[in-house]
Amino acid sequence: MLTQTVHIEKHLIPILESVSDPEIPVLSVLDLGVIREAFEENGVVKIKLTPTYSGCPAMDVISDDLKKAFSEIGKEIEVELVLAPAWSTDWISEKGLQKMEAYGIARPLSETHDKDVLLGDKKLVKCPQCASTNTHLVSQFGSTACKALFKCDDCLEPFDYFKCLK
Amino acid sequence: MNSTKNDNNSLPMGEMSGGQRGNLYNYILGIADNSLILAQRLGELCGHGPNLETDIALTNISLDLLGQTRSYYQYAAKVEGAGKSEDDIAFLRLEREYKNILLVEQPNTHFGYVMARQFLFDIYHLMMMKELQKSKDETLRAVANKGIKEVSYHKRFSSDWIKRLGDGTEESHGKMQEAIDDLWRYTNEMFQMTAADTEMAEAGIGVDVSKFKEAYYKEVSEVLKEATLTVPESKYFAKGGKEGIHTEHMGYILADLQYMQKTFPNMTW
Repeated sequence: MLTQTVHIEKHLIPILESVSDPEIPVLSVLDLGVIREAFEENGVVKIKLTPTYSGCPAMDVISDDLKKAFSEIGKEIEVELVLAPAWSTDWISEKGLQKMEAYGIARPLSETHDKDVLLGDKKLVKCPQCASTNTHLVSQFGSTACKALFKCDDCLEPFDYFKCLK
Repeated sequence: MNSTKNDNNSLPMGEMSGGQRGNLYNYILGIADNSLILAQRLGELCGHGPNLETDIALTNISLDLLGQTRSYYQYAAKVEGAGKSEDDIAFLRLEREYKNILLVEQPNTHFGYVMARQFLFDIYHLMMMKELQKSKDETLRAVANKGIKEVSYHKRFSSDWIKRLGDGTEESHGKMQEAIDDLWRYTNEMFQMTAADTEMAEAGIGVDVSKFKEAYYKEVSEVLKEATLTVPESKYFAKGGKEGIHTEHMGYILADLQYMQKTFPNMTW
């Protein structure tokens, strides 16, 4: 388990919460854990953003959305993309995981269980529609780099599973 | 997480001589160009995969590689210090200036061929990334730490397909064997060291790729055997990519890749 202290100034939180992940709009950038630092210095808001995956196209959009959100309240902002430490699914908040499930995406399992379902045939991923674990992997790669495609064998609905990344 | 204990030994860019910076620049391109050209090749398959899931997988892999490429190029631009952008490096070089190995530029002949190319690269790529995680260079280390999870996933995917197709029907077996036999000649080049490779490896920044040649062939052979395929014995190997001497396919890739910049110079999205 990676513990990370993240320096985010309290008064910036409401605005950061208003900026969402373009791929999973129910999640704010704070829920997703991609904001590594956010503070105000000499009237300029400085934000450090980290990508979920190297090629995540959402990063450019998030960066633009942050600029827009802060410029609307008359604040100047600098966004810096940082690679280290590498993002982990542990950084998604519990609130975020719940929102994700309600949205229809299964939450990441632990690292060992993640391997069991992606490599083996173990049935551990819970269907976000009917909560059955009678599910199977359809494809290791899903609609975005961070997800895999599953199907529920009880309610027969296909769904995305957010892969564990540590 | 990698600790930062190596930082005391690292060579800050400001203290590097012009020659060292040049070698670091070339070294970064050597790694990055492999990812760019393979990403481009896989990107060509967007909408043409054998089925929807595989199509998405191939473009996902392409995107991972492209993301890594961007991080490398952004850093290379900074190292060079000539005011270039990542796009300049990606789009505005001549064929001879691209340092990618010949393997990654080979065409998408058929799905088995695409998987064979991917597999032969992934095994190497993961070994290289593991070593790069130990680099004294903070940025390269960060890119490797970030990318290694993606690359292990690619390797898993391509190895699975080698086994499925190799140990599949008579036809899939035959096609896969043919692809492996054909691409085998491009494997040895991975382990050749350029001048930049040698200097950067000695400085603890780069990876001495010549060191894991044996481990590479051992791992590849194990998967091939499991896939009921024959490990090629040919001793003829092609080289040149690392020095900018490419196969005839490279020009066509660049014609596509550079089209927009050549047609509308300095265009941006």
